Amino acid sequence: MSAPAILSSDEEQSAPSARPGRVAVLGTGARLALGLLVPLALALGWEVAVAAGVASGRLLPPPSRVGAALWTLAASGEIWTHVEATLIRVGLGFAFGASAGILAGALTATLPALRWLVDPSLQALRAVPSLAWVPLFILWFGILETPKVALIAVGVFFPVYVGVAGAIASVDRKLVEVGRIFRLSKLALARRILLPAVLPATLTALRTGLGLGFLFVVAAELMGASEGLGYLLLDGQQFSKPDQILAAIISFAVVGKAADAVLVALTGPLVRWQDTARDTL
Amino acid sequence: MLSIQSLSKTYADGTRALEGIDLDVPNAEIVALIGGSGCGKTTLLRLIAGLDHPSAGRIALDGEPITGPHPGVGLVFQEPRLLPWLTVADNVGFGIEHQPKRERRERIAHALERVGLVGHAGRWPRELSGGQQQRVSIARAFVASPRVLLLDEPFSALDAFTRKDLHRHLLALWEEVRPTVLIVTHDVAEAVALADRAIVMRPHPGHLDDTVVLPMRRPRDPAAPASEAATRTILSALDHSLRPRDASRAPQLAGGSSF
Ligand SMILES: Nc1ncnc2c1ncn2[C@@H]1O[C@H](COP(=O)(O)OP(=O)(O)O)[C@@H](O)[C@H]1O
Ligand SMILES: [Mg+2]
Repeated sequence: MSAPAILSSDEEQSAPSARPGRVAVLGTGARLALGLLVPLALALGWEVAVAAGVASGRLLPPPSRVGAALWTLAASGEIWTHVEATLIRVGLGFAFGASAGILAGALTATLPALRWLVDPSLQALRAVPSLAWVPLFILWFGILETPKVALIAVGVFFPVYVGVAGAIASVDRKLVEVGRIFRLSKLALARRILLPAVLPATLTALRTGLGLGFLFVVAAELMGASEGLGYLLLDGQQFSKPDQILAAIISFAVVGKAADAVLVALTGPLVRWQDTARDTL
Repeated sequence: MLSIQSLSKTYADGTRALEGIDLDVPNAEIVALIGGSGCGKTTLLRLIAGLDHPSAGRIALDGEPITGPHPGVGLVFQEPRLLPWLTVADNVGFGIEHQPKRERRERIAHALERVGLVGHAGRWPRELSGGQQQRVSIARAFVASPRVLLLDEPFSALDAFTRKDLHRHLLALWEEVRPTVLIVTHDVAEAVALADRAIVMRPHPGHLDDTVVLPMRRPRDPAAPASEAATRTILSALDHSLRPRDASRAPQLAGGSSF
């Protein structure tokens, strides 16, 4: 008589909403607050130290001065010009680098002959630190926007290329067989099995690429620019304005994080199905 | 009628997975293939499903030769192999995407009802238990209305209760579509519960060793004398198949090299 009872209890289990309450104990707001605790404490400590005269704050200005610098830059509208210039460079470089990376990755992963032909060369190029291209790019493209965008594109290309090629190469043969059993055409197989299967790894590669895009935009703008957050950094160094340097660094952090968040928000719905530890940790 | 004639498969590395398989399965018969691991059961199903090509011999479904995946042949793998990015309903409907939307929806709903997963249509595969996932994969194979359904140890990873439950669902679906069924198992009770005929296989090279007919009516009671007798017969046939083969069968292996 006990067998049916066991069976039915097996039926009811595994409701996803019945996750342990650990996540609920620390709500999103509380977790955010916890993450802000350390930087806030440090900032406050420094502010107090400078105000009390314990430190001069000449080379590392207290938060209030950095905030004031940020405010001035924002109020005059100057910062937006710089943010816009930086974002356009990153956006263009990312667009070129990521499309080339996706295309190259998809082609080499699906065409063995092409892979044998070009992958060794690409891997060799990948071993070159991207900044080493700077002099060459300046010789080729001058010192205006083109070399900057090219440098960023190169930086974005490699992680995307490697990520996409790896994702395609590691698609589960077992799922491909499901497609074969149902006699999907090559095209349908690519659309209904390969594409969704490589999506998560591709998006991860794109995020890495975007991060590197911001890394290289700094390098690109440091090599000479009349606007952009990197220019603010350089300007701050040349005219001894540490508060401006810190303001630019903070802007970089905010803009980079925001760009990443936008990318995640735009692509998140595509990989909602994914079974990751993210929401249970 | 599924007919298999002198079918052999030797893999690229020289493994003789199957040799000289002859088997005719009339329509709507349920055949259980039993045997230890390595005797070529999976290989046989993959050949019939058209996923691999035989080294020799031929397979035909109602006279039509099978040379690749065939619309009349469905396969349920040992693992559920659900597509993680599709909901349960879309997984079930994966093989009938070409059908009109409404008919597709109805078929999916009907199949889900048949396997007892109506309330789970909108969930992700990862939110199901192992037994539920395997039911989805069986439903996926059934909605395409196969004439031949191949099942490769579909329940071997499940506990005994879930397995019994799935036998019930499988037979319910079979009643409806009445496909020819080849089910691989190493559970004798499973063969006795489901099959019209149990075939014992033997390795090195894989071949069909012995056949036990199971004429009992369904639904079957595993404790009934007929079932118990059938179980004993299959067990002794299995036992026999595990012994080194006698000289008359394979004199070239007399040196005891069967391992
Ligand atoms: N792709 C393969 N390449 C080489 N040998 C294989 C391959 N698949 C299976 N075999 C071999 O063929 C034999 C039969 O395998 P299989 O059909 O999987 O047996 P079973 O399903 O009965 O356990 C085994 O000896 C196995 O090692
Ligand atoms: Mg097997």
